[in-house]
Amino acid sequence: MAYHFDFSWIPDYSGVIIKGLAITVELTIVGGLVGVTLGTFCAWARALGPNWLKPIVGAYVELIRNTPFMIQLFFIFFGLPSIGVHMNELVAANIAMVINLGAYSAEIIRAGIQATPRGQFEAGASLAMSPIQTFRHVILVPSLQRIWPALSSQVIIVMLGSAVVSQIAAEDLTFASNFIQSRTFRAFEAYFLTAVIYLALAILLRAAMRGIGTIIFPRRRRA
Amino acid sequence: MSDFSTWDIIRNLLLAARWTVVLSLVSFIGGGVLGVILLFLRIGKFAGACAFARYYVELFQGTPLLMQLFLAFFGLGLFGIDVPAWLAAGLALIFWSAAFLMEIWRGCVDAIAKGQWEASASLGMGYFQQIRYIILPQAIRIAVPPTVGFSVQVVKGTALTSIIGFVELSKAGTIVTNATFQPFTVYGFVALIYFALCWPLSKSAQVLERKLNVAHRNH
Repeated sequence: MAYHFDFSWIPDYSGVIIKGLAITVELTIVGGLVGVTLGTFCAWARALGPNWLKPIVGAYVELIRNTPFMIQLFFIFFGLPSIGVHMNELVAANIAMVINLGAYSAEIIRAGIQATPRGQFEAGASLAMSPIQTFRHVILVPSLQRIWPALSSQVIIVMLGSAVVSQIAAEDLTFASNFIQSRTFRAFEAYFLTAVIYLALAILLRAAMRGIGTIIFPRRRRA
Repeated sequence: MSDFSTWDIIRNLLLAARWTVVLSLVSFIGGGVLGVILLFLRIGKFAGACAFARYYVELFQGTPLLMQLFLAFFGLGLFGIDVPAWLAAGLALIFWSAAFLMEIWRGCVDAIAKGQWEASASLGMGYFQQIRYIILPQAIRIAVPPTVGFSVQVVKGTALTSIIGFVELSKAGTIVTNATFQPFTVYGFVALIYFALCWPLSKSAQVLERKLNVAHRNH
């Protein structure tokens, strides 16, 4: 192969890469926090919520889980303005991430809630707790603990999926690599470096999720 | 400028959806074959092969599919091959699905109780006999629902190939939008077509899981 790899452009573009990395991290943190919160609410609604709410949340979850993230993003960014809802690319990217992770985490958390032994609900009720109080103080944390590994994987999948937001010109890490390859014509090197950074991010994020897990589930019996 | 009726939009999208289906089938079947090979490396007795399979999964599950597509598209070009979009798309999706399928199936093999291995070994079975007669028949039963479930991810994954220029449903959506200036309608229909492809798969995965009821069989 008569090709010479050239990574000499890295110092010149380190600022671009770091800026892109910051956006990807921001999208992941906002998407993760708000998305899992939304997912928790949807899981509660689908498992224990009022009957009128169940089909609505069910339709949302099924619709999101069965369409590609990119189409959701395009619908929000290109489709919604034509009915008068305008937003910039970063807001659209954040909303798409939240909506996407919300639906996926809803199903994961619901599995955790439904694996709760019936006795837990009855114990809560017998202590005169309202259903909401029982959910908040008795059911939720052990349910999250049960599905924490699956939830961690989903957050990582959504982080990797965020590469697509470069397609609506949100300036994330992938956007940075597109920018670099268009300036330096070093496409393979640019994408290779970006792939390595994503891999490092994925490994770090998994460690972070495990760390968060040990903080919010302290000294609890292993499920 | 010519006018597009709603039917024109739907017809063009459906024509492009054929490519989404073809690419999904190629990726799923190709990924399945590669996944089986990797699975045997992973559960086999050679430490080197096992480590290779582990790092393979780590690599392909730890980087975005979009990056894999870009690297396939530009990386193959380095060898002086003129890479058409469909080739890069197919290869990247096959490698990507293989990683996920292998990891799913490994979980299914791990779910078979250790006693089954020991019992078959004590009957004097060799490694391949154990796999063939004892482990696989049970593991396949467990593997069917999550495998069908993963096919949904493959169909959705094909949407990304539009970015490297493969014309399938998503790319057609962009093209039709540029011609009609009706992004809301067009992307709405694109989403509905994806839903129509994926939802039956999701549902059948659920039904199979309930029917085979394998989650609680081994306890």
